[in-house]
Amino acid sequence: MKSLILHTISITLLPLLILFSVFVLLRGHYLPGGGFIGGLIAAIAFILHAFANGLKETRKVLRIHPGFLIPVGLSIAVLSALAPILMTGDPLMTGLWYDKDIAILGKIGSALFFDTGVYLVVVGVCLTIIFTISESV
Amino acid sequence: MTVFLIVILSSFVFSLLLFGIGQKTFQRMTWFAALLPISLFIYFSSFAKSIMNGEVYNSFTSWVPSLGINLDFRLDNLALLFTLLITGVGSIVFLYTTQYLKGHPKLLRFYVFLSIFMGAMLGLVTSNNIITLFIFWELTSISSFFLISFNNTEAPSRKSAIIALTITGLGGLALLAFAVLAGQITGTLSIAEMLQSPEVFANHQYSVILMVFIFLAAFTKSAQFPFHFWLPGAMKAPTPVSTYLHSATMVKAGIYLLLRFTPHFQNNSYFFTTLLIVGAITMLYAAFQTLFKTDLKGILAYSTIGALGIMVFLIGIGTSASITAAIVFIVVHALYKASLFLVTGTIDHQAKTRDITKLSGLRKVLMPLAIAGLIAALSSGGFPPTVGFIGKDLIYEATLHGGLNPVLLTTMAVLTNILMVFAGLLVGVKPFAGKQNEDLGEIKKPHFFLWFMPMILAVLSLLFGLFPSMVEALFTHNITPLLTGEESPHLAIWHGFNLILLLSAITIISGIIIYFIWKPSHKKEGSMMKFEAISPKSLALKFSDLFQKLSYILTRTFQNGYLRRYVMVILVLLTLVFGIHVFINPRIFLSVKEIKALNWNEIVILAMMLVSILFTVFTKSRLTAIAGMGVLGYTMCLIFVFYGAPDLAMTQFSIDTLTVILFVLVLYRLPKYLKLSNRTNRVRDAIVAMSFGTFLAFTIIEIMNETPLKKTSEYYAENAYVLAKGKNVVNVILVDFRGFDTMIEIVVLAISAIGVFALLKLHLKKNEK
Amino acid sequence: MEILLAIMTGILYAAGIYLILRRSLVKLIIGIVILGNGVNLLIFLMGGLVKGNPPLILSEGKALEGLYADPVPQALILTAIVISFGLQSFAIVLIKRAYKVLKTDDIDTMNKTDDIT
Repeated sequence: MKSLILHTISITLLPLLILFSVFVLLRGHYLPGGGFIGGLIAAIAFILHAFANGLKETRKVLRIHPGFLIPVGLSIAVLSALAPILMTGDPLMTGLWYDKDIAILGKIGSALFFDTGVYLVVVGVCLTIIFTISESV
Repeated sequence: MTVFLIVILSSFVFSLLLFGIGQKTFQRMTWFAALLPISLFIYFSSFAKSIMNGEVYNSFTSWVPSLGINLDFRLDNLALLFTLLITGVGSIVFLYTTQYLKGHPKLLRFYVFLSIFMGAMLGLVTSNNIITLFIFWELTSISSFFLISFNNTEAPSRKSAIIALTITGLGGLALLAFAVLAGQITGTLSIAEMLQSPEVFANHQYSVILMVFIFLAAFTKSAQFPFHFWLPGAMKAPTPVSTYLHSATMVKAGIYLLLRFTPHFQNNSYFFTTLLIVGAITMLYAAFQTLFKTDLKGILAYSTIGALGIMVFLIGIGTSASITAAIVFIVVHALYKASLFLVTGTIDHQAKTRDITKLSGLRKVLMPLAIAGLIAALSSGGFPPTVGFIGKDLIYEATLHGGLNPVLLTTMAVLTNILMVFAGLLVGVKPFAGKQNEDLGEIKKPHFFLWFMPMILAVLSLLFGLFPSMVEALFTHNITPLLTGEESPHLAIWHGFNLILLLSAITIISGIIIYFIWKPSHKKEGSMMKFEAISPKSLALKFSDLFQKLSYILTRTFQNGYLRRYVMVILVLLTLVFGIHVFINPRIFLSVKEIKALNWNEIVILAMMLVSILFTVFTKSRLTAIAGMGVLGYTMCLIFVFYGAPDLAMTQFSIDTLTVILFVLVLYRLPKYLKLSNRTNRVRDAIVAMSFGTFLAFTIIEIMNETPLKKTSEYYAENAYVLAKGKNVVNVILVDFRGFDTMIEIVVLAISAIGVFALLKLHLKKNEK
Repeated sequence: MEILLAIMTGILYAAGIYLILRRSLVKLIIGIVILGNGVNLLIFLMGGLVKGNPPLILSEGKALEGLYADPVPQALILTAIVISFGLQSFAIVLIKRAYKVLKTDDIDTMNKTDDIT
């Protein structure tokens, strides 16, 4: 399924879509979006790239095995859940917040890190599943 | 003060420690295990003096205070009696086993379970909270299960263990029911505090139920008729276990429970009458059974049941004299029965048989053991000057002066005791008397521990008999008033010439006569076996067989291995529930106004949904089905967009896309659509599916007319920004309020990815090989 | 609209169940997907339908005010959608493997796993 148009578009579309997915992730706390949706968009971006350029190309672009993202994401989520115990002695999953606003991101807190963990896990899971299946077909 | 908690936990910690030592090292230092009971025995002995003066020790640690469940331990005189028995006999059994099971490959496991049992038993008798008492009660049943099935490679051992666990477990459930009910009515779970509401146990509307539960618990544990049959089966355990659990301590837990609750049921005459009847049946039945047994342990098992029957019988008489008799008899029985069991164990260990018809003349080889056996047999028969004599005196004293019908009670007691004399002599004397049986071959001298341990117990029987004031000061002086509120009678070995002495003499002489006339044989045992078919044991087993068959039939009917049958059963049942509900009170509101209010985009969505569903269900092509499924997902997405759920819409859109990609990827590797079922089946399934859908729709419409509960939503709506600094409430719920759920969810996702990866990739590697 | 969507939920359930009762594995999994949609719609309906007011706090506000869509069912459904993707992908791969090993698509002939070597 190699069409020239798709091929050309996908090269520019991949970074754009990934940027968009990160944007969706970051704004999730204030507007529709979040880790799940962002992760899914990123996964679709890679899959689109794979359709246009073949799986091998995508793997090259990705550099690491997508399955690697799962433990990384899980660790970030678990750490952000444990952070209040370690840092302030509050119970598990208490929200921690940095007081000042930061440009673009708004307020930063443990919830954002948790959502980032979710994002990475979702990307990892979707890509692992789709890549594995399409390779073994 | 948490000292008792630590003491009781120490047994469990110790058992873990034993694991740490490891099998090989342990084999060389088996004595180490005996340190536990010995030190605990010394520890509890140190309380003897102050408790004799009437002190009571409490140790309280909160556990689940909101439910009233606390680690509340209380050491009074009754508890002390049992702790001394448990640790004392425990020490002897622990030491005895070092030689009895020397070099056994699973010795470590044996001691681990024995330590756990000891801890559980100590906890049981010192618990003042009825829930913890229940927990320890169950722990003793479980450790007993593992000890009975210690030779787990033999089928009979496993079967006996399961029977024992079933029966005692049943009693455990009854105890839990008793605990919960008594706790609910009295408002406390503390046994001591329950005493403050005596009317609950005497004439409350539930007092009968309470009584049934406590009886069920005590009778199963203490092997009363008709639940007695697990105990002879439990003799499959190694002899030290039989000594410790199934004669000296665990089976007395039921007696302990009854004694502990005697003050509570003080004014309830049904309580005592039932005990009297059950105890009498048990003791006569079991004593009679001893005549027909040829296995030494079989004889001992039935005489233990008989002794337990006597104790229940004595509690049932309910006078201070009878309670005193019961307490003394607990001590008497523990000493002589443990001694006889250990003697039997040594005989078995040296001569490799326990068949009474084959054993004779062993005194030449096993001389010191013969003396221990003789003293124990004498105490068992109640010969003076052993403590057994005092025990029997007290029994007759109690039957003569208590109850409605002294003559009947005394006759039953005398009959039982005569047979107990016989049983004691049979086990303690018969193997050693007469000429040595040549068939047994050469018998080696036993290790020092194997005769010394039963000897200690036998000598104690003698010692307590000579100085009965020791028993009185230690136990009966305080326990009898504790349980009955009355003084205990004075214990002495000589009361002068009276009716009781005459009864004692009759008992002993008749017992000896039976011993000389009645020779147990396999033929007699066989003739008794004819009645086995109507014994409680076979009835219970038949009952359980019936259950197995029934469950087999049920399983075969509902779970026949065809997926649609399983689904069908669930669906038809649910349809019936919905259907009956809709049929009984139909509250369907359909108005034309509703339909008129629709605008065009809603109509389009509904139409698209309907068409895509129909396509998906009825198409013959897989690709069309997948396309239909995808369109269905996108229409769902539109619904979410229209009704204020942008997050859902975005997620649904992405997931739907991914799902379609997934299906298309796998599609050509999947089998073609086939029409496998015939027309009748399709019609049947369609009817089931449609009726379920219809009734579900009705139910939903009905529910939507109720005002929904918005408490949770309102909480989140108000606090999302205040507490979690987020403005997208859905996202705040996911990552903050219910963040833990999300965490588990991503774990599940990760597992599914690993599953997919494993299913496909691991296979490839196998092919490469 | 609520009532019509309730009826639509019933139809989704009926369609899903009908497909689950088929003997073909592919139909089974498509049935599960449709049933999943039905469940999501059911949960969504239980929260009550509110047109056009997503549960977002306005930039100057501190809490949700006025009429808003119920956030709790939405959070539930969002989780359900993502989880069902995991389930579906695993199920479909499982079916693929089962088909490869057993050489059959008929559920009725799959209940004797003893024959597999």
